[in-house]
Amino acid sequence: MPTIEFTCPDGSHRTVEARVGASVMETAVKLGVPGIVGECGGGLSCATCHVFVDADQIDLTGPATDFEEEMLEDAVTPPTELSRLSCQITMTDALDGLRVSIAKEQQ
Amino acid sequence: MTAPAGCVAVVGAGQAGLQLATTLRALGYDGRVVLVGAEPALPYQRPPLSKAYLAGTVPAEDLALRDPAYLAEQGVELVAGRRVVGATLTGVGGVLRLDDGVVLGFDRLALTTGATARRLPVPGAGLPGVLGLRSVADAEQLRSGLAEAADVVVVGGGFVGLEVAATARAQGKRVHVVEAADRLLARVVAAPFSAHVRAWHESRGTTVLTGASVSALDGTDRVTGVVLGDGRTLAADLVVTGVGAVPDVALAQALGLEVERGIVTDAAGRTSHPHVVAAGDCTVQPHPHLPGRGLGIESVNNAVEQASAAAAVLLDQEPAPRGVPWFWSNQGELRLQTAGIADGHDQVVVRGDGGADGTGRLTVLYYRAGRLIAADVAGNPRDFNAARDALAHGLSVDPEAARDAGVPLKSLVEDPSAPAPTGPALAAHLTNGP
Repeated sequence: MPTIEFTCPDGSHRTVEARVGASVMETAVKLGVPGIVGECGGGLSCATCHVFVDADQIDLTGPATDFEEEMLEDAVTPPTELSRLSCQITMTDALDGLRVSIAKEQQ
Repeated sequence: MTAPAGCVAVVGAGQAGLQLATTLRALGYDGRVVLVGAEPALPYQRPPLSKAYLAGTVPAEDLALRDPAYLAEQGVELVAGRRVVGATLTGVGGVLRLDDGVVLGFDRLALTTGATARRLPVPGAGLPGVLGLRSVADAEQLRSGLAEAADVVVVGGGFVGLEVAATARAQGKRVHVVEAADRLLARVVAAPFSAHVRAWHESRGTTVLTGASVSALDGTDRVTGVVLGDGRTLAADLVVTGVGAVPDVALAQALGLEVERGIVTDAAGRTSHPHVVAAGDCTVQPHPHLPGRGLGIESVNNAVEQASAAAAVLLDQEPAPRGVPWFWSNQGELRLQTAGIADGHDQVVVRGDGGADGTGRLTVLYYRAGRLIAADVAGNPRDFNAARDALAHGLSVDPEAARDAGVPLKSLVEDPSAPAPTGPALAAHLTNGP
């Protein structure tokens, strides 16, 4: 199983195993990783699963799509070019070791 | 912590029940938390049941809202596949009796019993091939039915029906949507938004019949057709009924709680009994615009927020203020987002034309007494976020200015109670302007 390393809003780190095909958001919510809410369950509608992908890995995940980018514009923490909604990143073996930081102001 | 020391029982293991149970922990409660659910599965997400799960692109295990390891870590005892068959309240707590004979004592009780799909009240509604959609078991049946079907008739042009229609159409089925009202989503959105949604579905090849009642379902061993009020019969090998849901209030009634259409609560889930809270689809709460009326809100957002507040109430803590109610519906590529409660509006403003095929952007803003109260948005996250943000801060948008879809909605958000600029200040502003 590929792993994801989260940097939580309080600065702590948490590494979890993800099922291939599950999104980064789902994986975090199921295991109670703090700071990822995912209220819309991946419907691309709430912008409460905002993460910053490690700069070395953004090529692997790709940048936000147009609709996603518009949702991110008004996320609680201002987005950067490394911003993604984690519900839109589907885990694959190629993403093993993915490192993401959770947006700080996300409750 | 003042109360209660021993055990909180939560009846109903859906989105609201799970949220209530885990929020008790987040707020510091260290007694027993028992979550009783009639369905055998872990608490799961319902929104994908009419979309990705129905389409077969999401496996059942991905529907689970939390991992069992997380529930164990949180000390939430899940009693799955058990129904509550009796309950008693005493002065300090009470007991639940489960269908396997187990008796569970509690100090405080939370009802998150949800709602049941309404059955179509016509002859033939019990035929095989006629399905409602509420649970994952319903969705499984529907999915296998879809695999075999060529002609699908969706009765009811509400959100769930339209989501199912979009999923079925994407699989190449012939799809009819039959709606009794004169437009789709008639109870919840304004006419221009209905027209937009209709245009999208029709441009994808779905036939939409409005003002059309169903008088019977044809078939002997299995459904074969839908008989309309005007005598026409639509061929159907699968009929999906999306005609609303009925709050599950039996337990609340047995306990003597105040019940109207649903369990009567305030916004924080307080019921008429001081030791019982309720949250989610089983409740009606005060209408934000029409004093004295109750309102049922069937949404994930309501389940989560009302349950979180109710958890605080059970612990005698002050609940966090509620946010702006919001909702979403993805119908194929059509993305609908709603902020606020539109019911009770007296003015509507339309932004954008949405295009003849429904693929463009369209926003409908709802006003009451000159103030923004809600927005329905298709394909425009910026408008959705701007409207939600305005409502969250008690701000409004000038209705006339908002008609120009070329002007960002965000730039029009204003405080309607702020004093209008005075003469000299206005002059100064004009002088200093670009």
